[in-house]
This record gives sequence, C-alpha cells and structure tokens, in this order.
Amino acid sequence: MADEQQTELTRAFSGMGGLGVDEAALVSAVARWRRQPEKRAQFRRSFPGFFSASAGAGAGIERCEDEFVAHLEDEFARLRDAAVMWAMHPWERDARWAHHVLMHHHHGYGAAAAALVEVACTRAADDLLGARRSYQALYHRSLEEDVAYRLVKDANANVSSNWLKSRFCEWTLACTPRARSSDELFWLQLLLGLVTAYRYEGDRVSEELAKEEAKALAAAVKSSASGKAKVVQDEQVVRVLTTRSKPQLRATFKIYKELQGKTLEEDFAGEPCLQEAVKCLDSPARYFSEVIHGAFKDGADKQAKAALTRVVVSRAEADMEEIKDAYAKQYGAKLVDVVAKNTHGHYKDALLAMIGK
Amino acid sequence: MATLKVPATVPAVADDCDQLRKAFQGWGTNEQLIISILGHRDAAQRRAIRRAYAETYGEELLRSITDEISGDFEVKPDHTYELVISDRLLCRACSADDGDQRAVILWTLDPAERDAVLANEAARKWQPENRVLVEIACARSSAQLFAVKQAYHDRFKRSLEEDVAAHATGDFRKLLVPLVSAYRYEGPEVNTRLAHSEAKILHEKIHHKKYSDDEIIRILTTRSKAQLLATFNHYNDEFGHRINKDLKADPKDEFLKTLRAVIRCFTCPDRYFEKVVRLAIAGMGTDENALTRIITTRAEVDLKLIAEAYQKRNSVPLERAVAGDTSGDYERMLLALLGHE
Repeated sequence: MADEQQTELTRAFSGMGGLGVDEAALVSAVARWRRQPEKRAQFRRSFPGFFSASAGAGAGIERCEDEFVAHLEDEFARLRDAAVMWAMHPWERDARWAHHVLMHHHHGYGAAAAALVEVACTRAADDLLGARRSYQALYHRSLEEDVAYRLVKDANANVSSNWLKSRFCEWTLACTPRARSSDELFWLQLLLGLVTAYRYEGDRVSEELAKEEAKALAAAVKSSASGKAKVVQDEQVVRVLTTRSKPQLRATFKIYKELQGKTLEEDFAGEPCLQEAVKCLDSPARYFSEVIHGAFKDGADKQAKAALTRVVVSRAEADMEEIKDAYAKQYGAKLVDVVAKNTHGHYKDALLAMIGK
Repeated sequence: MATLKVPATVPAVADDCDQLRKAFQGWGTNEQLIISILGHRDAAQRRAIRRAYAETYGEELLRSITDEISGDFEVKPDHTYELVISDRLLCRACSADDGDQRAVILWTLDPAERDAVLANEAARKWQPENRVLVEIACARSSAQLFAVKQAYHDRFKRSLEEDVAAHATGDFRKLLVPLVSAYRYEGPEVNTRLAHSEAKILHEKIHHKKYSDDEIIRILTTRSKAQLLATFNHYNDEFGHRINKDLKADPKDEFLKTLRAVIRCFTCPDRYFEKVVRLAIAGMGTDENALTRIITTRAEVDLKLIAEAYQKRNSVPLERAVAGDTSGDYERMLLALLGHE
C-alpha cells in the first residue's frame, strides 16, 4: 500500500507520463504523511532520479537535484501560463509569444521560430496587425524591426553566457560592423514577409492566376532540386507566399498538386520556415493537431511542450472543432481523450475546459 | 500646414448637395460651381456631402462628375450607399484627358481612398522611375498607411502588397514590398548606440556599392522614423556628409534615385515634394499627373510649407507658377486647393 502511494506521489510530483502536476495527489500525500518524516525519507530514497544520495558532509541527506527543481517549476507553471494567456487580449498574447521567441530563441531557425510563422500565417489579417500594434505598445519597437534585427544580430554571436550576451554583446556588436553571412539567414526574407503581410480577406480567387503561380512554384522547386539556389530564397516563392490572400493560395496549392502529383508541402519537406508556412496557410487545423501531437511525444523538448498551452489557449475560441476533427482523422484518437491521458491536475482541467466536449 | 481654405460659416450639407446637383444639370457641367464648393471643404465635410448626396439622389457624387464611371451599389453596415467603383473604370476616369476631372475626383475621395487609387495606378503601371509608392509608404504615418491598405482591400479586392509584388521587379520589388508592408513604431524613442551601429552598416554597404543589400533594406523598411532620423544624423556626424551624397554615384541609376527619395521623404518631405512640383511645372509642358497628385494629397497636410519652399527656391510664388502653367477649370481647381481666394 505504501508502495502504491509512493508511486502515485512520484507520478504526481514529476509530471512523468504527462504534462502538469497532479495537485490533488500531492496535497493528499502531504495530509497523509503528516508528522511521518520517515515516510517522506522513504519516498526520497525510492526516487533516485531526482533525489540523490551523497557522501561526506551530505551523507544521510538525499539531496534534491536542481534539475528536478527546474523541471518542477516548468510543470507547475503550465497552469499559470495557460490561465494568464487565456485572460489576456489575443493580440497581446501573440505579441508576447513573438517577443519571447525573439529574445530567447533567436539562434537560427528552430522549432521556437515556428511559433512566429504560426502567428503570422494562422491569424486573420486584422488580428496579425493587432498583434503588431500590441507589440509596439509593449516593447516600443515594431515587430518587424525586432525580427529583422535580433535574428540577424545573433547569427554570428559566439558568446554563450546570457548575461554577457545582454550586456557586453550589444555594445561590442554595436561598435564593430560585422560581416554577416546571408546564407545563414536565407529564410529571413520569407519570415519578414510573412510577419508584415496584410492579406486581402475576401473570397475572390482568380483561377488563371493560381495556375500561373502554381507553375512558378513548380519551377522554383525544380531549380532548387538541381542545386542552383535555395528554394526558400526564390523570389517568386517568397512573393506568392507572403502577399497572396489565403483563398487564392489554397487554389494555387490545389492546382500545384494536380500539376506535380505531389503537394507543395511534400516538396518543401525539410525546408525550414517554408514547410510550416505552407501548412499554416493551407490547413491550419491539421498543422495545430500535429503540434499538439508533438507535445505528447517521447523526448519532446521544452518548446514542443509549451506549444500545447499556446495552441489550446489561442485556438479554443477559433477553430478548436476543426482541430479536433483533424486530430481524429490523423491519429485515430479523440483529442479530449489524449489530452486527459497525458496531462495532470488543474492544468488538465483547464485544457479540457478550453477544448470542450 | 494646410492651404485648404474652408469658409468661416460652412453651408449645411443639404445645401451643398443641392448646389452640386444643380451644377450637374442642364447643359454640360458647371465646373466652377463644383470647384467653388468642393475646393473649400475638408475631408470630413466632403465625406458628409458624398453620403448625403447618395442618400438624397440615389447616385454617387463621383458618378455625376463623370459619366464614365459606372458600378454597383453596395449598402454598407451603416446603411449608407457606397458605389463600388470598378477599379478599371475609376482609373480610366482618373487618367481621362480631362485634367480637372481627375483633380476633382482625386480631391473628393477620402485621403485613404485617394492614396489607394494612386497606389493601384502606380503598381499596375509600374516603372522604375515611378516614386508614387515611395511617397505613399514614407510620407504617411503608420496609421494612415494602414488605412490606405484597408481602403485598397475594399476597393480592389486584393492587397496592396500583392499588386506591388506582382508588378515591380528585381531590387525594386525587394525594396518596395517591405516598404508598403511596414507598420512602423511611431514613438519618439531612439537608441543612440543602434543609430550609431546602423549608420556604420549603411556606410559600409554603400561604400561597397551594395545598394540593394538586405541590411540596407532591413534598416530602411523596419526602423521607426525617429530612429531613422537619428541614424541619418549620426551618418552625417560620423562621415562628414549626408547619406544622400554617397548615394549619387551614378546619376542615371533609378534604384539609387528611389533610395534617395525614401530618405528624403523621411527627412524633409516638404522639400522633396517641392522638387516634384518644380520638375512638373518646369520646362515645356506640364506633368499634370504629378502636379495634381502633390496638390490634392498635400493640400490638407503641408502644402503651405511646400509652397514656401517653392518660393524660396524659385523666387516665384507657387500659385503664380501654377497659374502660368495651367488653364481653365484645371487651373481653378488647383488654385482653390492652394488657398487662392
């Protein structure tokens, strides 16, 4: 019986096998083991991953690993983040997420930068503009300035310490003009174009134009396959993806598939920025269901797990029903079941409330 | 400062509509009456007149001005009528040989609509020498530029960026699309270190003749106006001369001219527009499109400053130069907007 309780507490404490913390189990353990330090000691010893025995001055004290504390902080914070983000204005949310990516994850194009593509491509034109306005109000600079500058600035930075980066680097980089390699940032023009777009929101679609642009995209893919130039830098690709309206783009993608036999998404596989952009523009619901699925995978990193909160909070009142349908279609399971199984405690309850039946 | 003169006691909107209606009836159109009314009403008043006219007579005011315009009525959410003028027809009417018709039409439109129409024309008929897009992108505030883009969606059912991207080519596209997409921060905050470092970057790229380098475009198309002004000042302090001087390597290079226009629109818009007007008037013939554009778009903004700059530069008052170079109703319209009594 004690073992069962131990396991339950272990699970509750560590968020293992899921995201969030099982607050109820923790509190009941606290109550149950009141005035029983030996029970707590037993628990610590049975949990060698996070409480390690040490010798010398630390003998007899199962020391708590700092990594574990940091991990716990993240897990406890999930509910906080979900609640705070839920309460904010959608535009402010998007601005803060974008800012977070730019300030903390600006080393090249990683999974975190995908959040920028997500915001730029899945929000309505006026909502994207609202996010840009909110960004200006919060940070006194425009979003595009920071995207262009921060991603460029740190392409060559070698300093690893965060403190040094924030104090010293800015000064030295400011004084020495750097020779920046544009190869490293080949996706920057595309990203900037996506972030500053103000797309037409109506239904009007020109079939002729769609045909023409599908052909241009096909030519770009072909010429990049022969190694001549990176497809993400192709002028036509950037122009079409960053300026055309979404209905127009979907028509173009459809014709592309008819012409080439493969979807544009498949042909852009492995291209940073491009693949996400096409997915977000063409079928956001499917993209979001993939992101959610990624948060529950084994070995999902911090960004992937944080994405779960971001997607659920931002889409709860937008296209959550479509996301549920897309998820069921893609993974053969109901989203609510998967979320219930893989999250704990109040965080789980909050997510399920947002996802709805 | 504006040159537009609005009478001290403005007639009631209904009276204005009445008079305008009379101007359209009978033989031909009484242009002088139209000019004497519309040429002395500000944007809000003109909007009210258009709305009242459509409600009273069931016809868009602009349609009455030229029979060439036709289109469908669209009832807007606030239950007013809005004539959705097909882009092709409006632009044909605007480029009608009748210079004064174009002036009156452009003047009557809301500032955002006007810029949208001008931008559409500039994009569709894009040429490297065309600076209209630069003017609209750089000599308007962020909010105004955004209003232009919204008006563009409404009128042309496409985004401004897509049209510019589809028609401009090469380096020009690389510069113009981000320029019109920008939503610059409007605050006064300036980061001096940044101004210093970006001035250095600009200098380096220009020195190596990499005029269309990503960095130059990034700086010019994303930084706030206050930040850019600080950067240009630092450039001057650091390198002993203004940035535009370094951009004069090849007098025939249109891209360099475009870059210089961008910078001038930020730093000294009234002098930039003075030059456009001067070149429009000077020599044989008159570039009516340019003259109309500057006068109608700046009459409620800073045409007074432009006129002062003109007089200073050419020792002739702008009104006199315009009167000397134009005639008839066209001249009357322009002079009315210049504040001529």
